[in-house]
Amino acid sequence: MRLFSYAILGLWVLAVVAGYLFQLDPNTINLNVILQGPTTQYWFGADDLGRDILARVLSGVEMSVLVACIVTIVTMIFGVLVGMLAGFYGGRVDSVLMQVTDIFLAFPGILLAIAFAAVLGPGLGNLILALSLTGWVSYARLTRGQTISLRSRQHVLAAESLGAGVPRLLFRHILPLMTSVLVVEAAYSLASVMIAEASLSFLGLGIQAPDASWGAMLRDAVRFMLVAPHYVLIVGACLMSLILAINLAGDYLRDKLDVKREME
Amino acid sequence: MFLLHRSARFFTVVFGVLLLTFLLIHLVPGDPVEVMLGESASSADREALRAELGLNQPLLQQFGIYLNKLAHGDFGNSIHTRTPIAELIKTRYPTTLRLAMLSLCIGLFVGIPLGIYSALKSGRWQDILVTIVSVRISAVPAFWLGPVLMLIFAVWLGWLPVSGMESNTSIILPALTLGFGLSAILTRMTRTSLLEVLNEDYIRTARAKGLSERVVILRHAMRAALLPIITIVGLQMGSLLAGAVITETIFSWDGIGRLLVESIERRDYPVTQACVLIVALSYVAVNLFTDVMYRLADPRVRMT
Repeated sequence: MRLFSYAILGLWVLAVVAGYLFQLDPNTINLNVILQGPTTQYWFGADDLGRDILARVLSGVEMSVLVACIVTIVTMIFGVLVGMLAGFYGGRVDSVLMQVTDIFLAFPGILLAIAFAAVLGPGLGNLILALSLTGWVSYARLTRGQTISLRSRQHVLAAESLGAGVPRLLFRHILPLMTSVLVVEAAYSLASVMIAEASLSFLGLGIQAPDASWGAMLRDAVRFMLVAPHYVLIVGACLMSLILAINLAGDYLRDKLDVKREME
Repeated sequence: MFLLHRSARFFTVVFGVLLLTFLLIHLVPGDPVEVMLGESASSADREALRAELGLNQPLLQQFGIYLNKLAHGDFGNSIHTRTPIAELIKTRYPTTLRLAMLSLCIGLFVGIPLGIYSALKSGRWQDILVTIVSVRISAVPAFWLGPVLMLIFAVWLGWLPVSGMESNTSIILPALTLGFGLSAILTRMTRTSLLEVLNEDYIRTARAKGLSERVVILRHAMRAALLPIITIVGLQMGSLLAGAVITETIFSWDGIGRLLVESIERRDYPVTQACVLIVALSYVAVNLFTDVMYRLADPRVRMT
């Protein structure tokens, strides 16, 4: 399974590089091949405007990975800060911060991200903002739990009694001990952010035309499903293969770093 | 004591949800009234809408008015249809509920038996197969599963209607789309939970008494194994409600999720606000309910 996931991830990297080398253009329109199935010239067929689906899938994967990486980094930094403060100080600070996370968790799944994206308006920046505004909560929860258990470790108490300040305690003595947990969480969250991004784009709230995005492509593909089933099947299979590979890589990291994950 | 504590938490969360949905409209970049009506609207129209939404008053007062209206079941009017939002919700909500309930049934009736089967065959190839399939299926997003099911059962086989709500069988495909992921998660949970219970002493006792395997599993083991499953079902109701937004859009199912998407497309923000609020509150209520049920069902945690 591990080799399988590496193989898929490697294949995607190769494909994107190859896309650049052969200068596949995702926006070239060829009206003669509208909704045509796979051929030797268009390996994945053509979409409703006669654009090469392969080229668009490749440009979509870049966008998707870019959004997922930015969102994961932003949410991780913010969530970890909130979680460490709540776990370290406890008491009033903790209960206020946890009540805030409770409120965010009251909105199921991507509902809050949909709501934010809806009022902020479509576009790449707003998409990233909407996903970041809602994504930090799981990191905050995770980090809080970790901080509480690490807070009373002897080396932390020793550093504290030697006069180390709070930032030093948090960043030198507590944070390094939870990197493996955070790395595993980040791997899974890459996959879930990609799904969330695709969902928002599917609803027309994310990346806008003519930029390629998997969600938006699926949205078009569903509309033309009766005449061109290859479109929806190919784009969906691409998305699934990447999500699957990232999740498998996450499983591998989890086993290797020996991290127990809560059932979500 | 537990009930008191839990309901206190419930009310802070509900208050927070109300506050956050109230603030949504203030997140609109620029002037929300202009965004909603478009640039061509006359200034009189804009002022009228601004007054109707109470946007010309101080923020705190606006929130007070918002809460007061909600307490009277008044969600305001839709900008697009000019009808009360409460009416829209009243017609759309039961449709979503019907879909969610059927998906839940599919999830339960597929997931739990499959989980039991997998646990009983633990370590054998049947178990490994079920586990691999269920782990992977739970990662399939609705916006792909939906179209694929539609393609197979409606377009190629022609057994079921493609979309819409005209026929009685219209509900099957969207319900399958939503129920599929849930059943995969329930399979995994039932398997883990049952395997844990099967190692307990009282199961050995039950077997030693000469009870049939069927009675041991269904009466003795499943009773204990069901507890964590209750919690998961409660939590999964959330993804069911959120998944309904996408599934309803794919299958043109006139529920609250589709209403949400339509309202976003028309920039009908009061309706968007109301839909988000209703879905979030349903989820909070379901979670409170499962929490209380769980405590009542398990004497060990009743006192804490």
